[in-house]
Amino acid sequence: MTGRLEIIREKCVGCGACLRSCPVDALSIVEKKAVVSDACNLCGMCIKSCPVDAIVLHHVTGGGAGLEGYSGIMVAVELRDGRPDRSTLELLGEARRLSGGARRVTALLICAEPGDIPSELTRYGADRVLAAVHPGLEHYLTEPFTAVLAAAIRADKPEIVLAAATTQGRDLMPRVAKTLETGLTADCTELRIDPDTNQLMQTRPAFGGNIMATIVCDRTRPQMSTVRPGVMKRLEPDDSRRVLVERLPVDDGMVAGRSTLLEFIPSVGNEIDLTESEVIVSGGRGMKGPENYGMLHELAELLGGSVGASRAAVDSGWIPYPRQVGQTGKTVQPRKYIAVGISGAVQHRVGMQSSDEIFAVNRDPDAPVFTFANHGFVGDLFEVIPALINEIKRRRG
Amino acid sequence: MKFVVAVKQVPDTAEVRIDHEKGTLIRDGVPSILNPFDTYALEEALRWRDSLGGTVTVITMGPPQAEAVLTEAISMGADEGILLTDRAFAGSDTRATSQAIAEAVRKVGAVDVVFCGKQAIDGDTAQTGPGVAASLDWPQVTFVGRVREMTEEHVICERYVENGVQVLDTRLPAVLTILKDANTPRVPSLRGKMKARTFKPVLWSAADLGLSPEETGLSGSPTRVVTTATPEARHGGEIHRGTPEELAVIMADLLLGKEARS
Repeated sequence: MTGRLEIIREKCVGCGACLRSCPVDALSIVEKKAVVSDACNLCGMCIKSCPVDAIVLHHVTGGGAGLEGYSGIMVAVELRDGRPDRSTLELLGEARRLSGGARRVTALLICAEPGDIPSELTRYGADRVLAAVHPGLEHYLTEPFTAVLAAAIRADKPEIVLAAATTQGRDLMPRVAKTLETGLTADCTELRIDPDTNQLMQTRPAFGGNIMATIVCDRTRPQMSTVRPGVMKRLEPDDSRRVLVERLPVDDGMVAGRSTLLEFIPSVGNEIDLTESEVIVSGGRGMKGPENYGMLHELAELLGGSVGASRAAVDSGWIPYPRQVGQTGKTVQPRKYIAVGISGAVQHRVGMQSSDEIFAVNRDPDAPVFTFANHGFVGDLFEVIPALINEIKRRRG
Repeated sequence: MKFVVAVKQVPDTAEVRIDHEKGTLIRDGVPSILNPFDTYALEEALRWRDSLGGTVTVITMGPPQAEAVLTEAISMGADEGILLTDRAFAGSDTRATSQAIAEAVRKVGAVDVVFCGKQAIDGDTAQTGPGVAASLDWPQVTFVGRVREMTEEHVICERYVENGVQVLDTRLPAVLTILKDANTPRVPSLRGKMKARTFKPVLWSAADLGLSPEETGLSGSPTRVVTTATPEARHGGEIHRGTPEELAVIMADLLLGKEARS
């Protein structure tokens, strides 16, 4: 057997109980924390001796040994403005679909005050809500949330752990996966369970969306994935489902961390994030200047979407970088992508080619964008876009 | 202060061609470049070194030819470059890669900040930065759009999230992953180019990092790719021409779908 003994430093109180239990003198106390040396033979005696459960044995290899005893699917809930984020509801729907009724779906709620959130999570598919509640968990912070999610996984032993591929999920999950020495697949767009092997088959785009890779985590548990928001389907809310809430104990040590939130500056405007938009209206070099983006904002608003841009427009300073779509910007996958005055260079294409439907408006009939847009419109954007806005307004009266 | 920048050599994804039959990448002839996101991490490290004093060490893991990205970093002003290269590293996923980089940071010693790019353009995982932080048991700040303030004890970062900006005060040492918003990378100076001409990286193997075979490469990687496929190639659809009003009618039909066309 190979593996690694981990001392969870946040938990260790330096009492020295493990030193006395160790048959090979592999443990010592350095700066009031236990440390383990290479002499460790992974016997596990210290784990039982520790009064604060600060010692964990990780099986790095040796297939099978680390796989037993894991069951169910855990969804790490993400709150935004105090409510479950849309992406969380999608994950609950996906977890239920994956479970096929045979696996329990647990929503892990990390918060300061649960309120009626557990019932909302239940309506959208959770069989059970595991609530980690502590005043120190009001805002997302890496270390406290890592400590809680890792503790929940150690206690609950889920086979699969899912979180949204948001800035929160992509901060939290890699840290937890490394802490638990298990595998994590980023930004998945498709999940399924192989009926023969019971492995989670995790599919994700790579190389700028040029390749879809299917990845497994076959020697360690849990199998962890972050999932791209907007791809999975949420369930119709079901009010008849029984709400089952269990508490996960959280102590002050778990919420201690080395980062403090000084302030949160909310984005101006109510526009949703580009990667979560179902419709994106993007402007490129053909927009000619920042003053012309007004009509794109108007069109986006009419269609319930957001405004994006090509790198050329961002580099010209017409529109801020968070709106850039493409190789060095965001990768988006909306239902409808409307490229306005964008030639369609490959650097832009890799950021939007997974959109369901691509519309292109360009004066140049030879623009590369027409070779991959579903619907091409050859015309002057300064005439076509205002005409389109008028037409939509006319139809809606 | 002592700064480390972890960088990656990547194929230029804009140049990647696809073998649609095999569902694989055609890598021949595709240029290898310094991951574009890493240039912002490097610039950020250079700026803080220039203002606070100290050194910038660039670390990459890869085959011998990955030396090229270190040379590029030297020409931009980095002080030292370390290439983690060993056959044993082949097949490393983000867990194994994070651990190797973390061990290298430990071996460098007394490092205050590790800067990483937001993600690499080939894998797009954004997992290695947090993995390095977890391996070192250091705090991390990801998606940093601006580093406001730094002293030997702490750093104040603006972390750009979906609905706003978190302003975080973090104790050092720490790992930061840097967004394009943070800065505009400098162009190599003449002095940097001269230095790059004679630059030779420090080479470290898995054994130099004290890593066992179980921890590195495929054996140290809990995830593995089982299949690759190419998404269905997109073909251009119908191209419409006409007056702006005619085009607007067709577009509105397609965009509004079921909505009544009164």
